[in-house]
Amino acid sequence: MAGRWTAVGLRIAQSVPVVLGVVVISFLLTRALPGDPAVQFAGAAATPESIEQVRASLGLDKPLLQQFLIYCGDLLQGDLGQSVSTGRPVAEELASRLPASLELTLTALILSCAIAIPLGVLAATRPGSWVDQLCRLLVTAGVSLPTFFTGIVLIYVFYYLLGIAPSPLGRLDFIYLEPDPVTGFFLVDSALMGDWETWLGTLKQLILPAITLALFTLAPIARMTRAAMLAALSADYIRTARAAGLGRGKVLYGYAFRNALLPVVTTLGMVFSFVLGANVLVEKVFAWPGIGSYAVEALVVSDYAAVQGFVLCMALLFVLLNLAIDLAYSVIDPRFGTEAK
Amino acid sequence: MTVQADPPARSGTMGHVAYVLRENPVTALSFALFAFFLGSALFGPMLVPYDPLATEAAIALQPPSAAHWFGTDSLGRDVFSRVIVATRLDLVISVAAVALSFVVGSVLGAVAGYRGGWTDIILNRVLDTIMAFPLFVLAMGIVAALGNSVANIIYATAIINVPFYARLVRAEVNIRREAGFTQAAKLAGNSDARVVAFHIFPNALPPMMVQVSLNLGWAILNAAGLSFIGLGVRPPTPEWGIMVAEGANFIVSGEWWLALFPGLWLMLAVFTFNLMGDGLRDIVDPRRRT
Repeated sequence: MAGRWTAVGLRIAQSVPVVLGVVVISFLLTRALPGDPAVQFAGAAATPESIEQVRASLGLDKPLLQQFLIYCGDLLQGDLGQSVSTGRPVAEELASRLPASLELTLTALILSCAIAIPLGVLAATRPGSWVDQLCRLLVTAGVSLPTFFTGIVLIYVFYYLLGIAPSPLGRLDFIYLEPDPVTGFFLVDSALMGDWETWLGTLKQLILPAITLALFTLAPIARMTRAAMLAALSADYIRTARAAGLGRGKVLYGYAFRNALLPVVTTLGMVFSFVLGANVLVEKVFAWPGIGSYAVEALVVSDYAAVQGFVLCMALLFVLLNLAIDLAYSVIDPRFGTEAK
Repeated sequence: MTVQADPPARSGTMGHVAYVLRENPVTALSFALFAFFLGSALFGPMLVPYDPLATEAAIALQPPSAAHWFGTDSLGRDVFSRVIVATRLDLVISVAAVALSFVVGSVLGAVAGYRGGWTDIILNRVLDTIMAFPLFVLAMGIVAALGNSVANIIYATAIINVPFYARLVRAEVNIRREAGFTQAAKLAGNSDARVVAFHIFPNALPPMMVQVSLNLGWAILNAAGLSFIGLGVRPPTPEWGIMVAEGANFIVSGEWWLALFPGLWLMLAVFTFNLMGDGLRDIVDPRRRT
């Protein structure tokens, strides 16, 4: 047991240099690249004097290393700078919009796992059947689908043609009141209040963007599940289990699936990278008020601090998710931390 | 293991390629589609029926017809001509980006794999840090920092792809560092650079080709995504991503053809490169067939 806790501690310690690297790259993106940040921050109607003033106030006249230390100091206080376009602190804006993005992303991931993993298992246990063919088709088509395009097609079919989806504008129709913020997830908050009408309204708004994102992530998860299950089913321990007369369900789920889950969980890390990027596009298509659409609005008006704050926030989120996945390993895999170093 | 006594390979590689294409018609189809896209990119601008930039208010927003196969957009421009002409820009962006990351990744990976030691450790740390970002988000940040232009879209797409190539080359070079043929080449008096470039690196080319093909589809998606959110390509220029973005405003009022056709073309292009990647893998590495 001690070995396992050491391994967990070691894994957490490993993410420290990665976080440091992420901070360094974010800093470099703001400061060391061609183009003068002072000119950008000063805005379009800047005079040489006002640019110098901005340079001094941003600390850009100091040496690079000192600038970096100041940047880290600000970060530790949760200060990501001011947004030029809205005048509010970037950290505050991101924090208020993050729950919207997380609610969308997590719903989509749960949805796609709920479809892709059973599909992959079925395809692996019945190779060559129609399930297998369907899985293959989904896997090949799924990776070619541009998320923003799928979203638009879904809007056309379900909003314009069939009229069963609400207009693709944000998290909640204006006829509903926003639930009291507890977690920031509208589904959870409205359920906590017992306001099921709002809950249904939220679900209606959420379902199309979530399906769009889920379709995008379905392919890698289904492909990996199928491959991992096939590999596990052909292993010697499965033959032994069968020979020992264990039931079909026990062999399939107790032995094969549990082992196949490990590579699938690893794939989830890569899927997160895709999903966080695709999130930006889906939020733009559905006018979803998350951090992705905030960054897109900021990009259009060259709001520098906002974009960099967004990039840093996404990267930290990604590092955390990967850490969570690796820690999930320690729960799933009893061998975790026992192998020879 | 009994090996079917095939008639002795007629012409080695070409025979094997012909065999794979015959066995797997989907791969043949993907090569045909690739030829089509290449043709569109090279000759499209000369062959399209209308000027992709010519506006004509009288025929705005018309659904597909015999005269305008893909309909017309809000300014009366022919969507078909725009979709075909856009092929060149989209392919140029993705091919340039992938070529750039191929070259940079190969050099970095080869040096790290051959030298080992600190060079290797530092390179791995840097690549890990790049991979610690969600890649599309990093591309957004890079374009925002470098400035909003097509060239910078190419650089950003190249940077986020470098880790894949560098890691692949590093692994391939590293396992051959002490190989017999490497030592023989060194003993024969070749310089280190020459040994890496002409004796070790060519061994990494087959898996690299597969990676290139899979990467091209991804690079197109990435570039189209960036222009969809308003980065890089400017409005009157025909480009798939921006055309879908423009068409998205009309989808809620039922003008589906504006977004559908550029989106379909984009999808088809990505699909082609993905299928080609799978097909190439069958050709260069028969063991990894699934």
